Amino acid sequence: MRTINNRYSWERYQKQIPDDHFYYARSCIRQNFFPGSEAAFLKIMQDELGLDVLDDAKHTSCTGIGYHADIVPLETIMTVVARQFSLMTEAGYENLVSSCITSFGIYTEILAMWHHFPELEAKIHEHLRKATGREFVKPKNVIHTSDLVFHFRDRIAAKAKYKLYDVINEKPLNVVEHIGCHYSKIFPTNGIGGAEFPYVLAGMIESWGGQVIDYPERRHCCGFGFRNYLVQANRGSSIANSKLKFESMAPYKPDFIVANCPGCSMFLDKWQYTLAEMEGVTYGPDHQAIPVLTYEEMAGLVLGYDPWDLGLQMHQVDAEPLLQKMGIEYDYTKKYLGKNGKYIGSPKPCNCF
Amino acid sequence: MAKRVIIIGGGVAGMQAAITLKKLGCSPLLIEKSVELGGKLNHWDRLFPSGMKAKELIQNMVDEIASLNIKIMLCSEISEIRHEGERVEVGLTDGNAFEGEALVIATGFELFNASVKEEYGYGIYENVITSADLEAMFSEGTVSTSTGLPPRSVAFLHCVGSRDLQIGQPHCSKVCCITGVKQAIEIRELLPECQIYNFYMDMRMFGSGYEELYKKAQETFRINFIRGRISEASETADRQIRIKAEDTLLGRPLKLTVDLLVLMIGKRAAVCNKTFADNLDIPLNESGFLQAKDDFYNNTATRHDNVFIIGTSLAPKTVGEALNDASMASTRIYDYLTRNERQL
Repeated sequence: MRTINNRYSWERYQKQIPDDHFYYARSCIRQNFFPGSEAAFLKIMQDELGLDVLDDAKHTSCTGIGYHADIVPLETIMTVVARQFSLMTEAGYENLVSSCITSFGIYTEILAMWHHFPELEAKIHEHLRKATGREFVKPKNVIHTSDLVFHFRDRIAAKAKYKLYDVINEKPLNVVEHIGCHYSKIFPTNGIGGAEFPYVLAGMIESWGGQVIDYPERRHCCGFGFRNYLVQANRGSSIANSKLKFESMAPYKPDFIVANCPGCSMFLDKWQYTLAEMEGVTYGPDHQAIPVLTYEEMAGLVLGYDPWDLGLQMHQVDAEPLLQKMGIEYDYTKKYLGKNGKYIGSPKPCNCF
Repeated sequence: MAKRVIIIGGGVAGMQAAITLKKLGCSPLLIEKSVELGGKLNHWDRLFPSGMKAKELIQNMVDEIASLNIKIMLCSEISEIRHEGERVEVGLTDGNAFEGEALVIATGFELFNASVKEEYGYGIYENVITSADLEAMFSEGTVSTSTGLPPRSVAFLHCVGSRDLQIGQPHCSKVCCITGVKQAIEIRELLPECQIYNFYMDMRMFGSGYEELYKKAQETFRINFIRGRISEASETADRQIRIKAEDTLLGRPLKLTVDLLVLMIGKRAAVCNKTFADNLDIPLNESGFLQAKDDFYNNTATRHDNVFIIGTSLAPKTVGEALNDASMASTRIYDYLTRNERQL
């Protein structure tokens, strides 16, 4: 089987990733979809690697979804972004690390627009001053959280308790990596590996013992595009995109999918259930679906974190087959217990077959 | 004593200049950086539109150079060029230096590196090749995929590295359209059952016999010409190439799986043009080709009376055009050298 491990084209696309001191901008939707991911990111960066990452409760949504849905005007979102920068400046940071791919795209796009149209930046300074009395300084570096995990992948590998390795069949796990469109399709130079052969997730997979598989629809959008799913009538188009990808990747027998975008992780996970309900098809082995992880969850599993602390019970597709392949011990009885030990509810049988 | 004219570049243009100048009574010195004369044509099989073997053309010219006893220097790289009044001095990287009364720049072009267009996967997918790779296969007499089997379907993509502002290659490479037609026909001749597609922006059939060959390719050789660009190429599990494109005449997207994707790579300006531009104060155009004094009567001349530029150092050209440049510049050089003598 062909893998992408032998590709070095990604080396053309490097970006500056600072070694420490980050202002963390959370995603407004990830905590609902995969609540353990952002907690795992902070735990890895702060506790495992001893880095200075400020998790600031004062920042807000970037309003990217509203912007892409045409309900938040350009100057409004720019002013919201300017406020985030102002909070970062106030806290004494220069490196912004964004948890969300949409936000990352928003930040980089706005900075590019200000670069090309300085009068627009001046206007936003004025808007922010009038609205909040604040001033802002643009960040020295804007990076995505997956950039940071990539940057420290070897340090994480050094602490690994598990590898991305199938201990039952004794072979590296086959992993499909999916990159959010707004990570590098807007500005290829802003993503590690560019837009065509991005390496940000592939690098993590390789460092942690897995094997990245290529498939014809690797670059295709997952279908999360805001206009696709916000307008209910367009959801057929949204799910058709995911279906195209699943059909294309299935022959390569992936052990799991990892994505670096909140929407992609969620759609690739939940659309598999929907497709099973609609068409009775599954894309994994033995009529199972393909588990989908975020990169923080993948890193957390490698580091030996408890799967339920990572929030894997919140996934539509069960992660247990993957945990068994990796040789990870887990207590099934605790799957649906919250952090306080109380039962959080569990999915009902879908009766789809 | 015959006047020495230094010619840099031993491709067809440089060779033709050397032959013409020698016949006019000058003493040409032909400097070539590689181990043999012939330049890029050494790696080409047949020439459009007639199908003449490139090697035959080169051999004829090499034979003539030998019979005329023209001095050639192979494996010689230029390190420095100095122009002082009526003298030109060319230094080589091995420390040698030569003086002459006139200089001809015939250093040619470079082939576009197809891996820059990452979306096509050249250098990553084994069954994505370039038009130059295909010529090498033609020279071997067989066309095959990475498995060694003949392809059942081949797609050509025109304008890879040409007319592309995104990568700083705004110019048309001029020869790729007709080369795509020629190569498609050659595949049909080798593999009668093969499905052949040509994806193009425009088919620029400007030369004598080109349009006729294009028509023949469609009617006699059953080549499918699709007006549209390929947006991306991916590899399937059995190493075929999956293409996504748009048929702009039908106004519809299309997907196609082929055994071989051939990228018609364009001509890009040689890196050494910058050295000539800096050393001799010759302007470069937007694409990095050297600019002649004007586009008409002085279209091989420069601001210096005794420095001329010929062939694809100026712009993408056909072989015939490069040969014409050489002959024309040679007569201008002869005129310049003898005019000086006449004035004395």
